[in-house]
Amino acid sequence: MLYAILCYNNEDVVCAWSKEQDDEVMARLQVVTGKLRDQGRLGPVARLMPTTAATTLRKAKDEPLVIDGPFAETKEQFLGFYVVECETLDDAVDVARDLAEANPGGGSYELRPIGAFFPGKEAA
Amino acid sequence: MTDPAWINTALSSARPQAVAALLRYFRNLDTAEEAFQEACLRALRSWPEKGPPRDPAAWLIFVGRNSGIDAARRQSKQAPLPAEELVSDLEDAEANIAERLDGQHYRDDILRLLFICCHPDLPATQQVALALRIVSGLSVKQIARAFLVGESAMEQRITRAKARIANADVPFEAPGPVERSERVAAVLAMVYLVFNEGYSAGATEIANRAPLCEEAIRLARLLLRLFQTEPEVMGLTALLLLQHARAAARFDANGELVLMDDQDRSLWNKALIDEGLALIDKAMRHRRSGPYQIQAAIAALHARAARPEDTDWAEIDLLYSVLESMTPSPVVTLNRAVAFAKLRGPEAALKLIEPLAPKLSGYFHFFGVRGGLLMQLGRSDEAREAFDRAIALANTAAEAAHIRMHLDRLSAPSPVVKANAKAPSRQLQ
Repeated sequence: MLYAILCYNNEDVVCAWSKEQDDEVMARLQVVTGKLRDQGRLGPVARLMPTTAATTLRKAKDEPLVIDGPFAETKEQFLGFYVVECETLDDAVDVARDLAEANPGGGSYELRPIGAFFPGKEAA
Repeated sequence: MTDPAWINTALSSARPQAVAALLRYFRNLDTAEEAFQEACLRALRSWPEKGPPRDPAAWLIFVGRNSGIDAARRQSKQAPLPAEELVSDLEDAEANIAERLDGQHYRDDILRLLFICCHPDLPATQQVALALRIVSGLSVKQIARAFLVGESAMEQRITRAKARIANADVPFEAPGPVERSERVAAVLAMVYLVFNEGYSAGATEIANRAPLCEEAIRLARLLLRLFQTEPEVMGLTALLLLQHARAAARFDANGELVLMDDQDRSLWNKALIDEGLALIDKAMRHRRSGPYQIQAAIAALHARAARPEDTDWAEIDLLYSVLESMTPSPVVTLNRAVAFAKLRGPEAALKLIEPLAPKLSGYFHFFGVRGGLLMQLGRSDEAREAFDRAIALANTAAEAAHIRMHLDRLSAPSPVVKANAKAPSRQLQ
């Protein structure tokens, strides 16, 4: 089964990383994703810009409303995701555990089974 | 996160919120700062062992508040004891208790702190120094180095600023809407000033001054979190990101300035450009234009051009004309001259800047641009004269060296000179 591993963290903290810290984390995460890729289990991976760069289109009765946000009321924001093939929930927990170890500090991972997957075309 | 570098990042990113909340309790900048320092020391002792708290800012506010109250009690034994729940040992308290207490104040607290640093009674130099010390948490030494002044002079500047604030009887209540928007404008100006201090540094000082650009971007992001629907805040953040994205391409191996047309665009930071473009696009949708948005839109047009010849000079010229009408200034007109020259030729650009001469007679870039335009027109003697004046007015060695390069080209009797000539301009670096 495919799992989406959704990454939540405090974007203020992530934005405050120095370039060296950022590079260090990315290098360690690549070790984890590299292993999954070698096993043929890795789907798309994305790192999102801070929520301040986001826009929301809210469906309304008439014309949809385009607004800024989402407004991050919570302390942690949705900052990225991995799609990984996992046979069991335990496998998904293991992957998230490896990711957590590679990217220490605050934050959390939500392990959400994927209902339907349409890979589409790889963006450039 | 037991590694000291990570703890330091957590402490510095929690700093604005924590100091701001402590300021609400103690209503005194020095006490708030000392309480925060004390909380940081305890964090450095406790976090490596016990692991980081779920919400570092809430932890620091709690611990800082307790230590500040302890210190106040030691100083005056007569003072009534604070309520028991404030002084009990809460170092390991559940973060969500603290969150309930402080989460709701987040926005007002940080605004109050920023407004105090940008108090209208303070001259701009003191606003910047105070904000970097209190909000960003740079050391006095770092700030002194960035502003090229001695450490004791900077210490004095910050002390004086704090004294003024103390005497100014600063209201701790959140200001009303009109005053608020005026003071937000002052904060934006302060952030832009911090950035420019870093951005205008020459190659030799860049190591000490470049952190100012990063601090300014952090402050802009902080403001953007507070004002997520304010197009000028998006505009300023976009402007800083787009300018900073070119940092790696702005100096060559010898430390000489490289003009934008000559920069290796593969060195531009794509992630910063993408975020800047997303923000300016968002801002423009609001249809409430402002000077930061216009400048960001100009920077965005440069960023979007894959090659210099792809630059949309007509649109840039148009944006400058809007900026001129919004914030009339000879410097804006001077910057426009570069786009003007690309569109209508050096002769027309020269006519545009000629009336600026009396106002900009002490301005390096005026003579740099003028010399460049004269050079393109083949008026070598006048160009040399302008370049000589520019060198006399240069602010950095890199600026002077750049102009000297033009002078060397002028002396070389080669027809190629004309084709290669480019008007030096600050905004095009």
